[in-house]
Amino acid sequence: MIRVEKIYKQFGDLEVLKDINVEFERGKTNLIIGRSGAGKTVLLKILIGLIIPTSGTVFYDDTDFYKLNKKQIRKLRMEVGMLFQASALFDSYTVEENIRFPLDMFTNFTPGEKTNRVNSCLEKVNLEGVNNRYPSEISGGMQKRVGIARAIVMQPQYLFCDEPNSGLDPKTSILIDQLIQDITRENNITTIINTHDMNSVMEIGENIILLQDGHLVWQGSSGDVLSADNGIIQNFIFASPFLQRLKKLALENSS
Amino acid sequence: MRVVSKEIPIFAIIINKSLFPEPGFYMITNFIYHFGRYVMLLGQSLGGPRKLNIYFRETIRHMMDIGIGSIIIVALIAFFIGAVTAVQFSYQLGGTLIPRYYIGYIVRDMTIIELAPTITCLVLAGKVGSNIASEIGGMRQKEHIDAMEIMGVNTASFLILPRVIAGLTMIPLLVFMAAIISIFGAFVASVPIGLFSADEFIKGLGMFYDPYNVFMMFVKSVVFAFILITIPAYQGYNVKGGSIELGNASTAAVVFSNVFILLSDYFIALLLTT
Repeated sequence: MIRVEKIYKQFGDLEVLKDINVEFERGKTNLIIGRSGAGKTVLLKILIGLIIPTSGTVFYDDTDFYKLNKKQIRKLRMEVGMLFQASALFDSYTVEENIRFPLDMFTNFTPGEKTNRVNSCLEKVNLEGVNNRYPSEISGGMQKRVGIARAIVMQPQYLFCDEPNSGLDPKTSILIDQLIQDITRENNITTIINTHDMNSVMEIGENIILLQDGHLVWQGSSGDVLSADNGIIQNFIFASPFLQRLKKLALENSS
Repeated sequence: MRVVSKEIPIFAIIINKSLFPEPGFYMITNFIYHFGRYVMLLGQSLGGPRKLNIYFRETIRHMMDIGIGSIIIVALIAFFIGAVTAVQFSYQLGGTLIPRYYIGYIVRDMTIIELAPTITCLVLAGKVGSNIASEIGGMRQKEHIDAMEIMGVNTASFLILPRVIAGLTMIPLLVFMAAIISIFGAFVASVPIGLFSADEFIKGLGMFYDPYNVFMMFVKSVVFAFILITIPAYQGYNVKGGSIELGNASTAAVVFSNVFILLSDYFIALLLTT
């Protein structure tokens, strides 16, 4: 579980986040959604400690992140996995070397144990036999899966995903979403996803928070979206006329 | 509301820009601010945790890039520096009473004391320095550094320390090689065309030899190597923005490295010769 308390963030005179209080639950896919510039990425970076909030704090279970010293932060980060929007795979390393990197840096596993762990992660993301390829030699969807494999190789307790579907076709997006949800449930980890993708919201949104102009304006699950009387979530999710017609049909069918 | 404490460079606190709003002060405050952050980054790069085998592998890789990858350009430049120095001095001493064998002596000392370390390192600041700034800056932009930070890697240490060790090892060797090739270049460019004889040149090379000059060459090469690795690393590590900012960082890396190499050249000369 990750709990955010009274987070404010200002860049100069610009207030990006205002009084954010939220709890992200373990074993669930927690989604942060909102329009561009709403503060999603800043919030995600605050959660993982890449940006320091102007005030407020973040609890990893019962541990106050901002009371930890550097050594404790590094130790905690070994329990954190992150999938970046552009995958952030190291260009000069092969797929296997990319996934093995955290193991090389922080474990005393034998080379055989490392290879087994890498292969097991590649199997989990349905990507076998690409160990010796470089990131430039595989597709965007495969890069995302390698990114996920690298994020889970240390068996993290907390998984962060920054727009995991950006730049992917709808079919691959669904596969990536499903993969993240399966990993979350199997390993009972706290997963937080920053996304724009409405498919993701409706398919895997077990705990969704909506940000607008730095405020948390709505919280619920994908099941609550249809019936929510909050105009902001309705306008955000069902932004296009096509989606509005779909919503109307869905409501008619349910009644 | 609990305000989170931030780590602010001590220099940034001492020299608060708002205390010195005059434009004249801005350059000084800006320099001190960046110098403070540069020192902090170097301090951070000495921290752990680190796996020696990974660092060793990275150091070897950078030694190959910096050392082996620069041999041809350094050899070429050193050869022509020696050749031109010999030809020019031969011209300048023509018609004077100074013996021709002095050319060997002048070429040797100029090369060892000044030209080999300084010119080689100015060239390396362009080649190696811009490469380091672009590589690390590119990693910052592509979120590779963030990815490592989240894994718990001390990125300053992982990205900078192996390069510094590789530079401090390989650049003095390149400078030593440049000095030898430069003297060889002087011989090849002048003796066959009759500017002076081989005996005169070799006699000059052996005159007034002081091993302290070689020591001075190595001191310069170590200091210059440190400058041309760490300044570009700082510039690359702190890149923000897109490709224009990356280009600017690469340019700044070369310009500042060159300026600080020349400045330190002067101070080393003062310290070691007076």
